[in-house]
Amino acid sequence: MTEQIPALRLEGIVKTFPGVRALDGVSFSVLPGEVHALMGENGAGKSTLMKVLGGIYQPDDGRIIVNKMPAVMTSPLEAKAKGIVFIHQELSLAEELSVAENIYLGELPRKRFGLVDWTKLEAQTNEILARLKVGFDAKTRVGDLSIANQQMVEIARALTVDSKAVIFDEPTASLTDAEKVVLFDVIADLQKAGVGIIYISHRMEEIFKITDRISVLRDGQYRGTLKTAETNEEEVTQLMIGRKLDLSRNVRHHELGRVALEVRDLSCGELFRDVSFEVRSGEVVGFYGLVGAGRTEIAETLFGLRDPSAGTILLNGEEVRIHSPADAIAKGISLVPEDRKGQGLVLGMNCRDNMTLPQVDDLKAGPFVAEGSEIAIFDQYRDKLDIRTPGWKQIVGNLSGGNQQKIVIGKWLSMHPNVLIVDEPTRGIDVGSKSEIHNLIRDLAAQGYAVIVISSEMPEVLHVSDRIIAMYSGQITRTFTAEEVTEDNLIQAISGIGGSDRAA
Amino acid sequence: MQPGTLSSFLKRGAIWGFILLELIFFTVAGEFLSLSDKAFMDVDNMLLLFKQSAPIGIIAMGMTIIMINGNIDLSVGATYAISAIVLLDSLTWPIFGSLGDWVIPVSWALALLTGVVLGALNGLIVWKTGVDAFIVTLGSMLGYRGLVFMYNGEQPTSHLNWTLVDFAEAQFLGLHTATWFLLVVTAAISFLMNRTVHGRNAYAIGDNREAAVNAGIRVGPHMMINFMIIGFLAALSAVVFYSESGSVNPNDGSLYELWVITAVVLGGTKLTGGAGSILSTFGGVLAIQLLRKGLAHIGADTETVNLVIGLILIAVLFLDRQLNIKGKEELKI
Repeated sequence: MTEQIPALRLEGIVKTFPGVRALDGVSFSVLPGEVHALMGENGAGKSTLMKVLGGIYQPDDGRIIVNKMPAVMTSPLEAKAKGIVFIHQELSLAEELSVAENIYLGELPRKRFGLVDWTKLEAQTNEILARLKVGFDAKTRVGDLSIANQQMVEIARALTVDSKAVIFDEPTASLTDAEKVVLFDVIADLQKAGVGIIYISHRMEEIFKITDRISVLRDGQYRGTLKTAETNEEEVTQLMIGRKLDLSRNVRHHELGRVALEVRDLSCGELFRDVSFEVRSGEVVGFYGLVGAGRTEIAETLFGLRDPSAGTILLNGEEVRIHSPADAIAKGISLVPEDRKGQGLVLGMNCRDNMTLPQVDDLKAGPFVAEGSEIAIFDQYRDKLDIRTPGWKQIVGNLSGGNQQKIVIGKWLSMHPNVLIVDEPTRGIDVGSKSEIHNLIRDLAAQGYAVIVISSEMPEVLHVSDRIIAMYSGQITRTFTAEEVTEDNLIQAISGIGGSDRAA
Repeated sequence: MQPGTLSSFLKRGAIWGFILLELIFFTVAGEFLSLSDKAFMDVDNMLLLFKQSAPIGIIAMGMTIIMINGNIDLSVGATYAISAIVLLDSLTWPIFGSLGDWVIPVSWALALLTGVVLGALNGLIVWKTGVDAFIVTLGSMLGYRGLVFMYNGEQPTSHLNWTLVDFAEAQFLGLHTATWFLLVVTAAISFLMNRTVHGRNAYAIGDNREAAVNAGIRVGPHMMINFMIIGFLAALSAVVFYSESGSVNPNDGSLYELWVITAVVLGGTKLTGGAGSILSTFGGVLAIQLLRKGLAHIGADTETVNLVIGLILIAVLFLDRQLNIKGKEELKI
């Protein structure tokens, strides 16, 4: 294996930004036909490295070598021409255009006089789509596709050129299990064709399932490459964060209180049907299921963002109707949304203003905002949640994902809610901060909050929940206690296998 | 049926349905309210309507590609006025005195070149500075208008060339010269946007600029080309109109940008870019002209016309939003 010429080789890549050494001599190589995982916490330098590879940034020092040839990439187009293709994590598609136009974005086949060769475009696209075994055709408008299918369009782009190296950046973030299987098949195909693959993901199961080697970055420095077959999660994690990580099951040491939230036969059109469950104060209830199973929609209904078509919601034993988020907040329900940056924070505002956003109206001194009370609230929750920021003036957009999430949680805690709903608490948050957020959720339960956690990551659900509610296609299929749940029966319950065993 | 199909079908057909509605309304209302005994749907009246649509319509085609591209151009009215002055003034320049009527193509070329250069200037500034097109063209709108006043003060610039007037007033196959220009421009721009790589890339840039950049599309040059096209079309519109009228006031073309944008938006082009159709803009142009003409036909004054068009514009955008919400099951605000 050592005799092979690497498909892609990085030698001592250095990139500095004012005040930060983002990449500090990173070197590793990807062999043809190899799936090479690139891991590291957020801020470790993965994205910077990828931007250097993609020609968006120029390295200050070091070389990129593609197939023995030193390559200087000055634009994304040039990177692509040299056979380096990116599958971006955040979908970068033009929704109004057709599938074919998106796949060949920037390189539409031409006839004379700059005309688009539609016949050729369509034929080539359908060929690629057939390889991916997808159920849509070249002419479909991308905006009409599901998120998962849009992801497949993104992946299809990698198959258009004679690629030497394909970089997958968190490709499975929005895929269902069935779609993941297709994706892994595609990766295997590329492997057979001798393409080198860089696979960036936070998901350990995937890394251990499909990669051959794992390279780790920490603080912009290369920390080593491990053979996947000869290592384990602990070793990789330790390399990434420099310490050991607790991934054990949750053990509760406190008594549960009374039922804080009860939901009876709640339905919302086609999104979910006849959902019943209860959450006690002091309890963490995890919702687990595939994308589209209806978990987020339940949360949105409880928070007044959607109107239920049937069913009742009881808070502390009293029936309530929730018409708007303002209503929900007043009744003590808070939602930490799935899309932190889009729905949870005003990124351009400072920490204090984000934290007090829902109650700034109550903090008035006459007609003016009472800055003193705002700062007091911020200080209180900064200490309580251990938010690491230079001060309240810091713009939230500059904080790490973990600290941003703590700001959102702090914002809702300062409203003294009864029920806290956390949707995908650690999406896009690095491994080190993940366990902090998990501990925080456990602490909140211990303090008597009723907490609902929605997550697509099984280890997370298993780790934080007292009870786990499994959903499949808009319905609850089973409720597990922490003692009876196993990875196997949980997967069965969310895949709709083995009938519905409805527990209360 | 895929989600969104119904709404996009409604949107695509809506402008033509609206035009039909206008025709029926004004025909019926005209019977009772009109002071003249001529029918609204008279052939001559309709031919005139096409002709009168041309000045706004030709520019609207350019505005459609600018807006699909994700930009906007507020300077078209001023560009229109400058080009008109260049056209009429250059007809009288002594240097071209020996050319006789051959001065006409020369003056046309100069006027069109003026439009292209002014457009290129807009495009270059948007490209190189990265300042939003709204701000850049707001500035050039004021600046270009300033040039117009510097040229001749408050005085109109006039010159009638009878050969030119004959050409502009001619009818070919029943349609006026101006109508032919509008039709040819519509066909050409529609071809450009649907068939060429430049056109498709313009859609992609307006739809998702980051994706376009990542795919290696050079955003700046595409934008600049589109600004040159709209400059050219603003000048062409002036050429067509002032060949006939022969006199330009320094305030001519003011508020044209707003009429043009109204027509484009009525035609369903998204303000944020990425979606729009040239043919629907053509419908939008006709709809506005029909409304102006129809309301005048039943005896309404200009102020009422503006009020009605303003209300309709807001109603259309509201309707569009409602249709989109239904399609996507969007969350409440």
